[in-house]
Amino acid sequence: MSLKKITSHKMFLPVFCMILVLCANMIYDASQGSDFYEFFKVGITNGYLSGRLVNILNRGSETAILAVGMTLVVSASAGTDISVGSVMALCASVCCVILAGPAAPQATELAAPLIVGVLGGIAIGALCGAFNGALVAYLNIQPMVATLILWTAARATGLLVCNNLIVYVRNDTFGILGGFIGMFPTPILVAAIVIAAVALLLKLSAMGLYVQSVGINKKASRIAGLNSKRIIFLCYLLCGVCAAIAGVVASSRITSADSNNIGLNYELDAILAVALGGNSLGGGRFNLAGSIIGAYTIQAITTTMYNMKISTAVTPVFKAIVVIVIVAIQAPPVKAWFKKLSARNASASAKGVANA
Amino acid sequence: MSKSANTLKERKQMNSNTVLLLITIALFVVLYAAGCVAYGSKGFTNLQTFLNILRSNAGLICVACGMTCVMLTGGIDISVGSLVAMDCMLLAYGMSNWHLSAPVMCLLVLAIGLVFGLVQGFCVGYLEIQPFIVSMAGMFFARGMTAVISTDQLSITADVNQTFYDWSSFRIYLPFGGVPNRKGVVIMPYFGSGVVIALVVLVVIFLMLRYTKFGRSLYAVGGSAQSAAMMGLNVKKTQLKAYVLCSVLTSIGGICYCMNTMSASVSQATGLEMQAIASSVIGGTLLTGGVGNVIGTLFGVLINGTISAIVQTNGKLASSWPNILTAALLCFFIVLQSIFALLKERKK
Amino acid sequence: MEDNVVLTMRGICMTFPGVKALDNVDFTLRKGEIHALMGENGAGKSTLIKCLTGINDFEAGEIHVDGVEGKVKNHSTLDAQNVGISTVYQEVNLCPNLSVAENLFIGREPMTPFHTIDRRTMIRKADELTKRLDIRVDVTQNLENYSLAIQQMIAIARAVDTNCKVLILDEPTSSLDDSEVEKLFRMMTSLKEQGVGIIFVTHFLEQVYAVCDRITVLRNGTLVGEYPIADLPRVKLVAAMMGKDFDDLADIRPEGFTSHADAEMVIDAKGLSHKGTIKPFDIELHRGEVIGLTGLLGSGRSELARAIYGADKAQTGTLKVKGKEVKINHPIDAIHLGMGMLPDDRKAEGIIGDLSVRENIILALQARMGMFKQMSRAKQEEIADEYIKVLQIKTASRETPISQLSGGNQQKAILGRWLATDPDFLILDEPTRGIDIGTKTEIQKLIIQLAGEGKSVMFISSEIEEMLRTCNRMAVLRDGAKVGELDGELTQERVMSAIAGGAKE
Repeated sequence: MSLKKITSHKMFLPVFCMILVLCANMIYDASQGSDFYEFFKVGITNGYLSGRLVNILNRGSETAILAVGMTLVVSASAGTDISVGSVMALCASVCCVILAGPAAPQATELAAPLIVGVLGGIAIGALCGAFNGALVAYLNIQPMVATLILWTAARATGLLVCNNLIVYVRNDTFGILGGFIGMFPTPILVAAIVIAAVALLLKLSAMGLYVQSVGINKKASRIAGLNSKRIIFLCYLLCGVCAAIAGVVASSRITSADSNNIGLNYELDAILAVALGGNSLGGGRFNLAGSIIGAYTIQAITTTMYNMKISTAVTPVFKAIVVIVIVAIQAPPVKAWFKKLSARNASASAKGVANA
Repeated sequence: MSKSANTLKERKQMNSNTVLLLITIALFVVLYAAGCVAYGSKGFTNLQTFLNILRSNAGLICVACGMTCVMLTGGIDISVGSLVAMDCMLLAYGMSNWHLSAPVMCLLVLAIGLVFGLVQGFCVGYLEIQPFIVSMAGMFFARGMTAVISTDQLSITADVNQTFYDWSSFRIYLPFGGVPNRKGVVIMPYFGSGVVIALVVLVVIFLMLRYTKFGRSLYAVGGSAQSAAMMGLNVKKTQLKAYVLCSVLTSIGGICYCMNTMSASVSQATGLEMQAIASSVIGGTLLTGGVGNVIGTLFGVLINGTISAIVQTNGKLASSWPNILTAALLCFFIVLQSIFALLKERKK
Repeated sequence: MEDNVVLTMRGICMTFPGVKALDNVDFTLRKGEIHALMGENGAGKSTLIKCLTGINDFEAGEIHVDGVEGKVKNHSTLDAQNVGISTVYQEVNLCPNLSVAENLFIGREPMTPFHTIDRRTMIRKADELTKRLDIRVDVTQNLENYSLAIQQMIAIARAVDTNCKVLILDEPTSSLDDSEVEKLFRMMTSLKEQGVGIIFVTHFLEQVYAVCDRITVLRNGTLVGEYPIADLPRVKLVAAMMGKDFDDLADIRPEGFTSHADAEMVIDAKGLSHKGTIKPFDIELHRGEVIGLTGLLGSGRSELARAIYGADKAQTGTLKVKGKEVKINHPIDAIHLGMGMLPDDRKAEGIIGDLSVRENIILALQARMGMFKQMSRAKQEEIADEYIKVLQIKTASRETPISQLSGGNQQKAILGRWLATDPDFLILDEPTRGIDIGTKTEIQKLIIQLAGEGKSVMFISSEIEEMLRTCNRMAVLRDGAKVGELDGELTQERVMSAIAGGAKE
């Protein structure tokens, strides 16, 4: 009975997956002759925090930021925004081009204040989000199809903005965003700020209630006085902004705008993070904390594989299996089958009692 | 009386779907004509340019035909790009490391396509998981498996497999339209085996969609799954078969693709799925299902190819323009479709 | 079995969790007759049809079909078709993107020797079939190019062509206009002459008297009776459908009707309409008044209310609220004007299933306050607790998802949602449908109490009894138009004859 209570808790799935990955790490470490708590060791190398845990938190920042926006989009519109990876690349390019100014493609001095570049990138992200949102909310186009347009166009536009080159901004100020403040990795901080800001927004405004309400029952929400279309639009807008922030962090990390590679396949990671977080991809109730744990779990899987000397190119196979297993468990026919099975067991035992 | 009835008929026939197809064809003609006018001096008017578009997109035609079939049922399959990569890698690795013959490897690739489709189709049809998620997992899986086979850049040369090399370099010359090259030798326009395969696939799928029970049931399921079930069709089985068909066609496309590139790498054919989807949509296939045919899809592919050819011939335009233009076209057609849908709803 | 009987159902029983949906119902259909199956919401019409077509699994009783040995028990619509029972629903179950010929023959297409579809034969056969049934269409055209009436007829043609003995028409006319209905009736009559037994489910009385030979009336899952059409005039039919179950509610009565004509006018609508659902209507409502909208299901009573509230935006006419002319584009506009609406389809438009009772209760109030002025959690809980207590909502806690509550308690929670906004004008569309008798009484008492507090209520119900008890005035609707108002002494006879209307002929 209490077991059932635990498994039905909304945080069960993400935490369970996380623990699974941690266990895999510990067993591997122990089998390699290292301490089983090797994973949790935090050290200082070259004056920076280091260690696998720090690494995961650092590298997983972009996915976590994307997962925040994606969670809202999935909840409100029962669809996914597949353009986020592409939008990341575009925003990174815009940001770097503004910062590099005429000195492109190789700048060491900032041509504009850092904040202008970052805000420029974020503005482009918001624009992309608004475009997606308008198509989905007001023209009633399926989310995946609507975002397919920017999926194709945004990355290509990013390349165009950079004149098909990799624009380098080799400047320490810019590098901070993806680097370190003191010895602390900045991306973790950025992710924390984004998460805190969105959490605060959800806490202080009625947005969370609105989004879930629209995602569960659009018609009833309208009768109850919510503007369903505007709410869906807002979610996509926010998702675009999140993608922009992730893009800026990603480009700062490599102090350049590499449109071909920044954010590549990140949309899939973000969607996977949402699914891992125990959110139904059919919309409705959402669990932001779950999505974030999901995002870090994905990074943990990648890091673990790397650690086990499995080629990063092979990682997708494991991701695929994880996705399918998780969605298959949630699939209605499978659930119905389980229910039938338990009902049959129950009736069989009841019959047994009656016969006795 | 009968005459007036006929004209009425004609007018009715011009429904929105036909309009969309006509727009697509007109767009292709205009684009190609624009290319001819602008780059006539650079040989754009040669028949060979057109055949080259076909040659480099033979694989995409096969894949897009499969995609159209899946989209007709209202589904989507984004795993095709990765599957093509896996096929190419398997072909190259099998022929160079296991020294298997080309026909055996091709059959193996087709068999893998079949199994791949069965699994995806089962998940969509019988487990009722969203097609996007299923094929996203398929995409991860195939891309990962490509890396499992090999992470090297492999190329297929005559030394690796003579048969496959011969297939790939096989050329059919047309008896007309020849153009003298720089040395003054007249070279007749030609096309390769990939184009032949693609055109056969196209014709077969066209006939299948039009004249077989299965073909029509794809439309019925996409039009209204509930109605199709009420009329006695097996919706789940139809969906399963659609995904199997798509994966098998993708494998055939993979073979064509491989014959064109004669190489394999992990990052091969990235974004091919979106090209296939874009081609279908531009060709008038509705993502909601039930409407579309492969003729439109062919023109969708050709439009994509023409844009690339124009950008290439120009030589100065950035390589990202084809993607941006494709996206713009996609946007145009999607918005057009949704406007048609809104109008239809309003009429009711 | 009698010679000319094609279908008999005997002693059909069926229970849904907590509700006896059908209790020992009999039904007989003869060859070549059109048999109307009548009853108000929840009477069990559709449940009976679903038992027949294999969608519902009935618990007791038996079905016999002419020409089939032994008892018939269908497990799917396909089973039903195989024994000769075909159904045509209100929503056409055909594929709009396929041609007429394909829709007629899909799944059983004529084939060529090469296992391909013989399109030519298919088109020829389709042409013959449509000609025989006098449907004038080009069978090569896509179905979506034709009107709903034609689509409906093609659905019937498909049903008839598959060797059908029993044809069930489930509300086929509700989205057709008069001339289309006429066409459909001609077709029904010609099928009847060919010996097909037709079960006709409708809520339009006119139509029953236009084509039917016999009427079976159900009420609350039980059989009221089977009558030849001549023996059951309209008023009697309405009485049979609505029933006269007097119960413990009889003692509630508003404290004497006072005239409200001099009270402040809250709602003054002139010429409001919504295309396809409600023709232009005028309606006035004063402070402290309860107006009932009566009429059969589909008569436009919900649609009238929806047009005022902006749930279906009114396309013509003017609306004055408290004397000021207003424009309502969206329900939120109506909420800002002090309106509230409890919709009739609780599941689709009322509850937000996965949200908690608390969230469901505060939703409309929060919507009125706006997104950025969130109520504090304490305030939300206070409001939720208050209405859970006042309305006696039975729930495990205020955080229980509303979908886990019983129908009556869900309804009370939605009522709480609107009471929390303290509206001046409240529309209650079928607030008592499908809920137990005790809750019904509470809701009726509440309506009278609200009116006493000076609020205006628009009350829609299928049960005349409860309307008589609560309303000061009643507006009567028929076939998508407001046809009159009744005030003064309201009696069951007056209301029923007004609903039945046109009984003079």
